[in-house]
Amino acid sequence: MDSGYWVLATVGIPLIAAALILFVPETPQGKDVVRWFSAIVGAVLFGISTYIFFRYQVGSDEQYQFFSRYNWLENVGFLGENGISLAFGVDGIAAPMILLNGIVCFGGALISWKIDHHNKDFFVLFWVLVAGVYGTFAALDLFFFFFWYEVAVLPMYLLIAIWGSSSAFETFARTKEYSAMKLTIMLVAASILIFIGIFAVFHEAGLGTFDLQELYLPENQLDPDTQKLIFPLFAIGCGVLAGLWPFHTWSPDGHVSAPTAVSMLHAGVLMKLGAFGIIRLGIQLLPEGAQFWMPGLMILATFNVVYGAFAATAQRDFKYMIGYSSVSHMGLVIMGLATMTVIGINGAVLQMFAHGVMTATFFAMVGSIYDQTHTRDMRLYSGIVHRMPLFVFFFGIAGLASLGLPGLAGFVAEFNIFLGTFQTYPWAAALGVFAAAMTAVYILRMMAMAMFGPPDDRFPDLKEMTYLERATGVLMLTFMLFMGLWPAPFIDRISETVRSFPGVS
Amino acid sequence: MTEGLNLDYSLLIPEFLLVGLVVAIVGLDLYAPKMKKTWLAYIAAAGLVAVGAVSLGYWDTDDNFANIIVVDDYTTFFRVFFVATAAVICLASATMVAEKFRHPGEYYALIILSTIGAIGMAASRELMTAYISLELLSFSLYVLVSYQKFDAKSNEGGLKYLLLGAFASAMFLYGMSLIYGITGSTYYSEIAVGLQNPTGDFQWAMLMGLVLIVTGLGFKVAAVPFHMWTPDAYEGAFPPITAYLGTTSKAAGFALMLVLFSQAFEVVHDDWSWMIAGIAAATMILGNLVALQQHNIKRLMAYSSIGQVGYMLMAIAALNSDTAQALLVHLVGYMVSNMAVFIVIIAWYNMTGKDEIADFRGMRERAPLLAWVLAGALFSLAGLPLFAGFVTKFVLFQSVWNEGFYWLIAIATTTSVVSLYYYLQIMRQAFVEKPAEGEESRLPVPLLMNGLAAALMVGVLYIGLYPQALFDVVEAATDVLFV
Repeated sequence: MDSGYWVLATVGIPLIAAALILFVPETPQGKDVVRWFSAIVGAVLFGISTYIFFRYQVGSDEQYQFFSRYNWLENVGFLGENGISLAFGVDGIAAPMILLNGIVCFGGALISWKIDHHNKDFFVLFWVLVAGVYGTFAALDLFFFFFWYEVAVLPMYLLIAIWGSSSAFETFARTKEYSAMKLTIMLVAASILIFIGIFAVFHEAGLGTFDLQELYLPENQLDPDTQKLIFPLFAIGCGVLAGLWPFHTWSPDGHVSAPTAVSMLHAGVLMKLGAFGIIRLGIQLLPEGAQFWMPGLMILATFNVVYGAFAATAQRDFKYMIGYSSVSHMGLVIMGLATMTVIGINGAVLQMFAHGVMTATFFAMVGSIYDQTHTRDMRLYSGIVHRMPLFVFFFGIAGLASLGLPGLAGFVAEFNIFLGTFQTYPWAAALGVFAAAMTAVYILRMMAMAMFGPPDDRFPDLKEMTYLERATGVLMLTFMLFMGLWPAPFIDRISETVRSFPGVS
Repeated sequence: MTEGLNLDYSLLIPEFLLVGLVVAIVGLDLYAPKMKKTWLAYIAAAGLVAVGAVSLGYWDTDDNFANIIVVDDYTTFFRVFFVATAAVICLASATMVAEKFRHPGEYYALIILSTIGAIGMAASRELMTAYISLELLSFSLYVLVSYQKFDAKSNEGGLKYLLLGAFASAMFLYGMSLIYGITGSTYYSEIAVGLQNPTGDFQWAMLMGLVLIVTGLGFKVAAVPFHMWTPDAYEGAFPPITAYLGTTSKAAGFALMLVLFSQAFEVVHDDWSWMIAGIAAATMILGNLVALQQHNIKRLMAYSSIGQVGYMLMAIAALNSDTAQALLVHLVGYMVSNMAVFIVIIAWYNMTGKDEIADFRGMRERAPLLAWVLAGALFSLAGLPLFAGFVTKFVLFQSVWNEGFYWLIAIATTTSVVSLYYYLQIMRQAFVEKPAEGEESRLPVPLLMNGLAAALMVGVLYIGLYPQALFDVVEAATDVLFV
């Protein structure tokens, strides 16, 4: 039984949790209540997400499972029957994304146990963010897609500006307020393009409804010239959130300044919303426009991959390195999408999942060491492995996954992407493989510099990770291995859906 | 001439009741000197709510008083709207007014009188009546703005408002007379007929008349370039009056514009649409950009409200039944959100006596509920989801886009991002900055203010999360304009 209530619950539970947390008194006991409550909510969401993922049936007649729809606003003004409806459904692409969000938000809730300053406010905003992400992945209504998308952006300013950290280097400084504002304004400015694109699609379609399933029908396709006009709006608008070069600059700054759990969620899941938007609003809604513009997107994505890798190599700050590595790896996602082939898009979605888990692990680990030493400069560390062997273990596995070691998640994803890209744009694939190899350079060099080598007495009090952090690490690691060793459940779900897309060969 | 005219005074019962309420308030103030002055506010608010309930009884009525005042769903909608706004303003003023003035009765009386004017602007179907209503509203506001007799800023703001307002009224009158000259009537319906069958080559006279009317109304709603009085009047006025200027005065302007342009001038839509579109663009850009530089919260809200007026003017430029509906919905959403912000400003001002943006620092520590309401209401004004602003802006922009004003929407969405920047700056003070030395303690926020703030926040969330009911009501209200 694939009841729509499960998906509804993934959006409803965090929202209700946020509302309930508002009423917890601000006492030491209250703080513990908030912690326990959030951990439980995280566990429940993780459970539901896992259930949705495995319960999703491959080979079913329905394109969207766990479907539910509630009329929200109809028969007024320009809105006709089903004008705006709260419609949710899961296809083979949304299923792994929902699982990813479940993993990361559970991990994030555990990692945030340490937060003490107004932890009530933190979790209110955190759960609103989580609800927005779940909502976007499952939304089947153009209005609500955008609604949830913005819900996911809305809490970011306060989350970063209140609980974030500033960084000061020899040559420049980034205050947390600066990064928070930059991130928020860039993302909201980008969403203007989506906003305008939605107006245009609704007006041109002339159906009086924002229902995506209705708009996807072949007979309701917009005419090709209009599609070509609108596609760049969605591609750039969503692309900014996906870290598309040259609009990626918010991402390293924002992720570095954000508190650990927010970095995890933002780099791990939120950036995927951008790529997901390119699929939902670009490839599915405007297939002709996608065909026309994809070569352009491929060029930008190639820049992403190469530029991100080089920039990551130059970093001395753990988080900046991970941030630029994210830019590079999200470039691979866009590359896969831009091939417009089944195998390429397949790889892109796999990479979205793989990158999500890896990056979340990275940020969780860095958070654990930063909380003790209050510096992220990797040159100051040496031989961490002597004091924190488990830390190095988790970090190392994530690093190996990120450089594409077979048997871990990253390999499966990158392999598919490059297969698709070699078929269509060999030059881009060549550059991409080169940049992916660069990952090995910066990851291994960082490991050699900071993790191994003689023990340093600069931080003699460095303690092993807390049990909650270890639990988070194990959680992430499980899924990295799961996808690396047995990718079939993912590939079955994704490729079945991708094959049904118009214009994908 | 009165033969055949409907002189059914029962249609005007809510207005009579309001006048009665004015007399009662002033009388109580004079003849019951021992009564606590805050009670005047509560009585005024209770009376206003009662009148609102009476007005609801006119839902589904469609009747007119001597063809000059119409009581239909549109009028009922605005009666309830204005009365509700005034009630909130009275409650929000209670403490402050009781402390500062010896005879607060007049203050509430003026608020109620201005409400009658505002209702008249929505209800009238004849230019002279509309003009008199407009003046009733404006004169009450002139006095209210300069109510702090010994405060230089209040006097300055009031004087500027009075001079420019009088000037605007004169222009409006002159425009009226030109239109009357061409069409031979001051009734909206007959103006429409007259404009349809022009009797001669009066094109330029009509354009001149339209320009003057748009200018006059532009002053009232504070559209660029007629906005100069706004920041000073906002800053000089008492905080609750600032809130009142930002909501009722603007809403009344739009109520009049909507009915005037749809009933009288719709036949010459192309002749005025471009003017208002241009003004809308200038208003959105200037309002939002200048707001960036403000340090005083009331001046910032003045410019932010100018920006909001720009969005609303787009709906007038693209006037049809869809945009009219979207406009009213946006107006309601804006009213509730804006009021919520002002309740916080008023409460904060009452407790700390400060109204600079930097003085909001540490509000999260000192008055958590107010800080949360402030954040939610500002997000709503910026047009972010979960809150009212998202859906009302979305529908407004979509309806204008459908009319082909693509460039206006491009400006509107871009300036929305600008507005988010300065709203976030306020939130930064309230949430991120620590309170100043020695001011860390919790503030005793009166229950009334916390309650009002929370109630308005519930309204913001209700519109943001399930607006179908509001849309249905508004559709009924605007349908009568487009038959």
